[in-house]
Amino acid sequence: MSPRYEGKPTPSRGFRLRGRWFPVRKSTTRRGFGVRRPGLGVLLAGLAVGVGVVSLGVGASEVSWRELGEVLVGGGDAGTRLVVLELRLPRIVTGLLVGMAFAVSGALLQTLARNPLASPDVIGVSAGASAAAVSVLVLAGSAGGVSGLAAQVGLPVAALLGGLGATALVAVLAAEWGRGPGFGAVAAGRVVLVGVGVSAAANSLVSWLLVVGDVNSASRAAAWLAGSLNGRSWTDAAPIAIAVAVLVPVALLFGRDLSVLVLGDDVASALGVPVPRTRAVLLAVAAGLAATATAAAGPIAFVALVAPQVAQRLCRTDRPPLLTTAALGALLVVTADLVARTGLELAGVGPHELPVGVVTAACGAPYLIHLVGRRQKES
Amino acid sequence: MRTESLTLGYGADAAVVTDLSLEVPAGRVTAVVGPNGSGKSTLLRGMSRLLTPRAGRVVLDGTDVHRLPAKQLARRLGVLPQGPVTPDGITVAELVSRGRHPHRGLFARFSAYDEQAVAAALDAVGMAEYATRPVQALSGGQRQRVWIAMVLAQGTPYLLLDEPTTYLDLAHAVDVMEVVHAAARDGGRTVVAVLHDLTLAARYADHLVVMSGGTVAAEGRPADVLTEDLLADVFGLSATVVDVGGAPAVTGQESRCGRAATGGSWC
Repeated sequence: MSPRYEGKPTPSRGFRLRGRWFPVRKSTTRRGFGVRRPGLGVLLAGLAVGVGVVSLGVGASEVSWRELGEVLVGGGDAGTRLVVLELRLPRIVTGLLVGMAFAVSGALLQTLARNPLASPDVIGVSAGASAAAVSVLVLAGSAGGVSGLAAQVGLPVAALLGGLGATALVAVLAAEWGRGPGFGAVAAGRVVLVGVGVSAAANSLVSWLLVVGDVNSASRAAAWLAGSLNGRSWTDAAPIAIAVAVLVPVALLFGRDLSVLVLGDDVASALGVPVPRTRAVLLAVAAGLAATATAAAGPIAFVALVAPQVAQRLCRTDRPPLLTTAALGALLVVTADLVARTGLELAGVGPHELPVGVVTAACGAPYLIHLVGRRQKES
Repeated sequence: MRTESLTLGYGADAAVVTDLSLEVPAGRVTAVVGPNGSGKSTLLRGMSRLLTPRAGRVVLDGTDVHRLPAKQLARRLGVLPQGPVTPDGITVAELVSRGRHPHRGLFARFSAYDEQAVAAALDAVGMAEYATRPVQALSGGQRQRVWIAMVLAQGTPYLLLDEPTTYLDLAHAVDVMEVVHAAARDGGRTVVAVLHDLTLAARYADHLVVMSGGTVAAEGRPADVLTEDLLADVFGLSATVVDVGGAPAVTGQESRCGRAATGGSWC
């Protein structure tokens, strides 16, 4: 072969051929946004932190901007410090982390299943985690609710096991056996169908638990099931912080292989990717993130479904970009939480708080309908 | 590259390829032909490690393919399987650049060398001016050429192609085979392609392997192998083989009557 490229190739995102410049990484086929991936991710992350800071100053007890500033640099009076650092900050940090976890989990599952509907809340991961967590809430709780060890360790661990269990079940039931080596080949449509089934089974278990449990535990569980950041403390934030710190880097490391996994399992293995192992690791990471996030804040609906798709459209890539998706997920959850905390009051209804899951569901449901409609038009 | 007593099958089903030994001539195009179900695609899957053999082995440069680490194999052996997935919105250059995946280090960026490989591959298939177009906006033949460019960009000395001309009309199929042939002739690559079009195979292959019932029925130079007797034996065709510019071409194909597979009741 005698390539006829001109000039010295510059080590950047593209190549020169016959005097023309061809970008390689970034899609330049459509005009419009033209936003580069890292820039957009940084922008979204900045917005998420910004909304978080604004959120610190908003709430039932008034904190002025000056007081907030003082507290953040280490000053302020004890009362304000308590409100900002012990009541609001853990809640907002939990919100940011939960948003990242759900969003990355959704991005991984959607890419692995090659189906934008395959998010943890659709295919049963969140439902499995919920069923396990509600079991702990209802069965381990005395009349005073879950306390001590059961709440701090039992709930996240149970949710993690429930989420992993549901994922394994979906993966096994949806796998196409007998073609190619090992566990793998999850067909795009099947994983959603099987997942909806597993989800329904887990949700019926939840309903049964709510019926048999005593009134206090059941109402506590019901509030948790709506997805709420209300009253989250640093002990709630710790497990999700560990999960994000450990699992997101793993996702990024193995996620590099997603760029060829989207080309089909055979092409990916021909390009040197150990497909069954990579798929198993990424599935486990996705399940772990969604399950820990569910344990921390309940199954906040639609974040995992919407964030990856929106990030993909903004970046114009062929799959959801993981870091941008994470930033967008964090932004979605803190914004939804701010709206949930203040929306009713601003609307003049009174000082009531909504669970954050209600806000994300209200925004996410129309998007889901749009997505399903568009897919039907395409097929 | 060669196979030694290779036996291949899926799951618990009966073996599709049995005890097959084959030597692939280096730096040449080898075409594997045979009737549907003769095991030609299965053979290619076995040779490319997409399918683990039940017995026997595949030897590449003196080492068993199934003992090589996946990434090392991918730097030596490029494979274009059937039915690759084209993601929404991916551009030609992006798709071709994914062929460089096996050469990627842990934190390495796309290097100047990678860029050259992508540019050369696009040039080889004549798709350079389409580099920034979305693959889904291309015709079937162009799309197939882009996929071949992806495998060429992988920069491997060996190439295995599974039915690269399926669903293409004759003009596009000829285009694609020109590219494949050039990869061997100009690039010094060893190419094995599964083909269903006998005339196309005979025209572009240096070495023809005819499979039947999971074994090699005949192999050699196309002009020696592709005879009327062979067509009758292997394909159940009574056809005339004519010489077109030194390559045999199959004409006047007609199904032999009384053969179960073609429905004896019609005759």
